[in-house]
Amino acid sequence: MRGRTYAAEAIAAWLLALIWLAPLAYAFWSALHPAAYATSFSLSAPWTLENFARAWKQAPFARYYLNTVVLVTLILFGQLVLSTLAAYAFARFKFKGSGIAFALVLLQLMIMPDVLIVENYRAIAMLGLLDTIPAIALPYMASAFGIFLLRQTFKSVPQELVEAARVEGAGPLVILWRVYVPLARPTYVAFGLVSVSYHWNNFLWPLIVTNSVEARPLTVGLAVFGAPETGVDWSVITAATVMTMAPLLIAFLLFQRQFVQSFMRAGIR
Amino acid sequence: MTNLATPSLIPERRARSQAWWNAVNAWLLLLPAAVLLVAFTHWPILATIRHSLFITKRNGNEVFVGADSYQAMGGDPIFWKALVNNFWFALGTIPTSIALALIMAVWVNRNMRGRGFLRLAYFTPTVLPMIAVANIWLFFYTPDYGALDQLRGLFGLGGWNWLGDPSTVMGCLIVMVIWKEAGFFMIFYLAALQQLSPDLDEAASIEGASRWYTFRRITFPLLMPTTLFVAINAVINSFKLVDHLVIMTKGGPNNASTLLLYYIYEVAFTFQDSSYAATLTVVLLMLLSAIALIKFGYLDRRIHYQ
Repeated sequence: MRGRTYAAEAIAAWLLALIWLAPLAYAFWSALHPAAYATSFSLSAPWTLENFARAWKQAPFARYYLNTVVLVTLILFGQLVLSTLAAYAFARFKFKGSGIAFALVLLQLMIMPDVLIVENYRAIAMLGLLDTIPAIALPYMASAFGIFLLRQTFKSVPQELVEAARVEGAGPLVILWRVYVPLARPTYVAFGLVSVSYHWNNFLWPLIVTNSVEARPLTVGLAVFGAPETGVDWSVITAATVMTMAPLLIAFLLFQRQFVQSFMRAGIR
Repeated sequence: MTNLATPSLIPERRARSQAWWNAVNAWLLLLPAAVLLVAFTHWPILATIRHSLFITKRNGNEVFVGADSYQAMGGDPIFWKALVNNFWFALGTIPTSIALALIMAVWVNRNMRGRGFLRLAYFTPTVLPMIAVANIWLFFYTPDYGALDQLRGLFGLGGWNWLGDPSTVMGCLIVMVIWKEAGFFMIFYLAALQQLSPDLDEAASIEGASRWYTFRRITFPLLMPTTLFVAINAVINSFKLVDHLVIMTKGGPNNASTLLLYYIYEVAFTFQDSSYAATLTVVLLMLLSAIALIKFGYLDRRIHYQ
């Protein structure tokens, strides 16, 4: 009896997986075939890379890649430094107001900068940063999520190690750098993967604060490119879409286990 | 006397200066993050509330209007439409994607052939940019030569403007978002399932309980905290997820797919009415705060501080 239900479930599981992969398979099909075959699936359709070449020629994708890489690196670096310092303060120092300060940090888990686009736009305009990459990065640099995740990790660092370092005359920053940071490496990897994929994919805020090729990340570039009024055909749009997803997709296929585990680790908060 | 007093005074004074140093150090460590958090979260929240009570005249002067903007909002049919749409969007996406996520997690948690591949297939949409997803799905919904209409063609049915029809547009977006999100929620169930003791399943099977019975009476109740956690995150997401609207519908047709955050974006950056956008944002902030209260009041017991 159990054997039969297992078999039925296995078939259902595979069916669902195929349905789940179908949209992606379509994107690759359309990107890799001439426009005439974009909507008709025939096994004899010739393969081509021409759609990629045309997409690459019609929009400055090299610049978009560069912008996105710079943006993601800038945000990650800022988040790691700021979260590490703040998490260390919360995890290892007793001070008045730490409870309230921590609650004020956690507020950002609910009300992310994504929601405050109007006021944040005002602030970025006041700073004279509109249409720059730092403008996209700045609201996300202090990450409540990063602070929370690292604080939890730092709290589990054995006190004996800290004492040993202190006896050897290490100050707070040296202890942080020599003891806490190395021990928290898995948390840093987890947070890094989540942060990079979030900001590689982010769209609405970059759309609002950028309006030139020099600052636009891939997602915004793709949206501008794929607008119906540009008159680009499907195959070229899917090629551009594949190009936008490719780096993350490849990274995901290579480091699948780390991705899934970091989403797991990052999710349980 | 002084000799007696010193031993007890010095440690006390030392402890006090130690505490002071701790506080100074801690605040210095917090300072960089605090400045940015205040600048881009706390201050904007207060400024939003303030701006919702003022309007900006053409000459740039701000005039206090009190609750006038709120009154105008109450009579704004598009606001109500966006709110109702957001409700249906949440109701359409959340239960289905959670149920699917649970089924997926149970499957990929088991020793099934090709488990790695299944996990990969379910999770992949999660890492894709929403904007790319919207591009791909746009093809499925394109009238006449899109995938859906080609399928309809096989049954001799005519083309249908899926995204251009107010009666189908929301359903189309809901299906797409379920596809995008289910794999993400699966991860949390998978983590929870792996923490459950296998003894429970074994004991149940020795007792002769069917798999469905075991799931319904043992596994599912034990996963309840995860379900709540996922549900609350899903509700928050349903208010933030608007990227696809920019590409697929722009809120149309006839505002049938407008969601609250998208309407805020439109009011602020297309209609250039930042004071009304502030009023609308206050509503969104109130909704998110209500969810936050539920989250911390209800779920905090799950968070174990070490």
